[in-house]
Amino acid sequence: MLRTGLRLLVPGLLVLLWWTTSAGSTSPFYPPLREVLAAFQESWLFARLGSDLVPSVTRLLAGLLIATVVGIAVGAALGRSRLLARALNPAVQFCRSVPGTALIPISVVLFGIGDGSKILVIAFVCVFPVLLNTVDAVRGVDPQLEDVARSYRLTPVQRLAFVLLPAAAPQIFAGIRTALGIAFIMMVVTELYAATNGVGFVTLSARNSFDVPQMWAGTVLLGLLGVALSALFLVLQRRVLRWHIGMTERN
Amino acid sequence: MLSVTNLRKTYGSGDQAVEAIRDMTLTVDKGEFVCIVGPSGAGKTTMLRCLCGLLKPSSGTVTLDGAPVTGPPKEIASVFQDYSRSLMPWFTVRRNVGLPLRNRYRSTADRAERVGTALDAVGLSGFGDRYPWQLSGGMQQRVAIARGLAYAPEILLLDEPFASVDAQTRADLEDLILRVRDDTGVTMLLVTHDIDEAVYLADRVVVMSARPSVVLETVEVDLPRPRDQVTTKRLPRFAELRTHVLTLIRRTALDGSAPTPDHHSTIGERR
Ligand SMILES: Nc1ncnc2c1ncn2[C@@H]1O[C@H](COP(=O)(O)OP(=O)(O)O)[C@@H](O)[C@H]1O
Ligand SMILES: [Mg+2]
Repeated sequence: MLRTGLRLLVPGLLVLLWWTTSAGSTSPFYPPLREVLAAFQESWLFARLGSDLVPSVTRLLAGLLIATVVGIAVGAALGRSRLLARALNPAVQFCRSVPGTALIPISVVLFGIGDGSKILVIAFVCVFPVLLNTVDAVRGVDPQLEDVARSYRLTPVQRLAFVLLPAAAPQIFAGIRTALGIAFIMMVVTELYAATNGVGFVTLSARNSFDVPQMWAGTVLLGLLGVALSALFLVLQRRVLRWHIGMTERN
Repeated sequence: MLSVTNLRKTYGSGDQAVEAIRDMTLTVDKGEFVCIVGPSGAGKTTMLRCLCGLLKPSSGTVTLDGAPVTGPPKEIASVFQDYSRSLMPWFTVRRNVGLPLRNRYRSTADRAERVGTALDAVGLSGFGDRYPWQLSGGMQQRVAIARGLAYAPEILLLDEPFASVDAQTRADLEDLILRVRDDTGVTMLLVTHDIDEAVYLADRVVVMSARPSVVLETVEVDLPRPRDQVTTKRLPRFAELRTHVLTLIRRTALDGSAPTPDHHSTIGERR
């Protein structure tokens, strides 16, 4: 009770500060919070929810999902095989050094301005934190566990599913968490360039048409969305890594 | 019958080569309880890993019922030295014990039954749904033993299984192992650096020298069974045997020269 109160205290104060400083504002770029909230309600509760918020979030999740699957699969392979790692390392290092935003024009030229092109960019940028964490984690698995797996004759698939991946899971989750942050940024950025819908698109269009409260409202929504996504992720992580949390707390 | 002939294992090569095992020859008959005793770093773990097909010897042969061991055989189950690193912390006790049974029993009901029996045998019936890290060290090692038993092996290999538990737990676990052996007739090969433990448990003690190791002697243990922590250890014969083994080990440890296999026992009366 007290803890929840404490957590809400600072955000509450900030909103209050915003409200009071903006209430009498005459600057067109700093509209009263009242107007921002009105714009928020008009657009996001719930008129544009289906037409813009849902497509944004869908693209983000699709990109992140692809990145996770590919990152874990390739990462596990690279972590297992020194030869493969040596062969692919230069390519991986090059690809991960390319700034994600620089890929958008190429992707638009190659794959158009549809969802696929945006999802691809998000996935491409997000794959590296997952991949590199997986490589590291798989390499760090206790050799004794592998002895156990081999001596009890587990099949390669069983070794992967019941030993390697669970052992690597805490570090893989850390990678996905980083990827989520990047995916969120890329979600917005892909919508600022050649887009037809999305929260980022709406926010940018509002600026272009001097609908300043709408622009502020879009930004507020993005903030809320970011908080919600990372909270959801934490819930998922707590569920999957319950054993790890329990074990760490015990020691 | 498990048989090891002129086993040699050198790690690495060139300047960095570590000769862990120079020459080990031994056999373990069906139903026997053999203990290998040797100082730390003697190559005991190396030896067991060669025996269960996890490690390829540099030379020499390992055969199980006449067939060469080239990979982990289904007749052998292992209990590893460090229990905290041999159980999967993401699985409950039940799933840890059941994991190796997946390829043996298709039906989950059969699997659950075997797991239940094995947990009963080590006195952990009520702990199936706990996680290993919720248990004490002694209990974790029991889980590892249960996992070995559930696998229904002909031979159970144990690598210093009680080295990191307290004395009382250790005595309990030793008696547990003896009882399991009586109940199941499984062949036991246990490695330890503890001479008392080796003499207390074994039918035969293989005494290993310090690295590079050879078999110093194989000592028959003619103590009556069933054994008991108090009465067995009070027998004059127990003291005699442990002193004999201790003398063997100390002699090589002190003179420091590369030992040679000595198949002629100095205790004379046994082999
Ligand atoms: N993978 C390895 N590479 C190089 N040396 C090793 C390796 N494993 C063990 N050794 C060395 O071999 C010797 C025997 O080790 P080990 O079999 O673990 O002995 P013990 O189990 O009797 O304590 C030690 O000197 C150890 O340092
Ligand atoms: Mg050892």
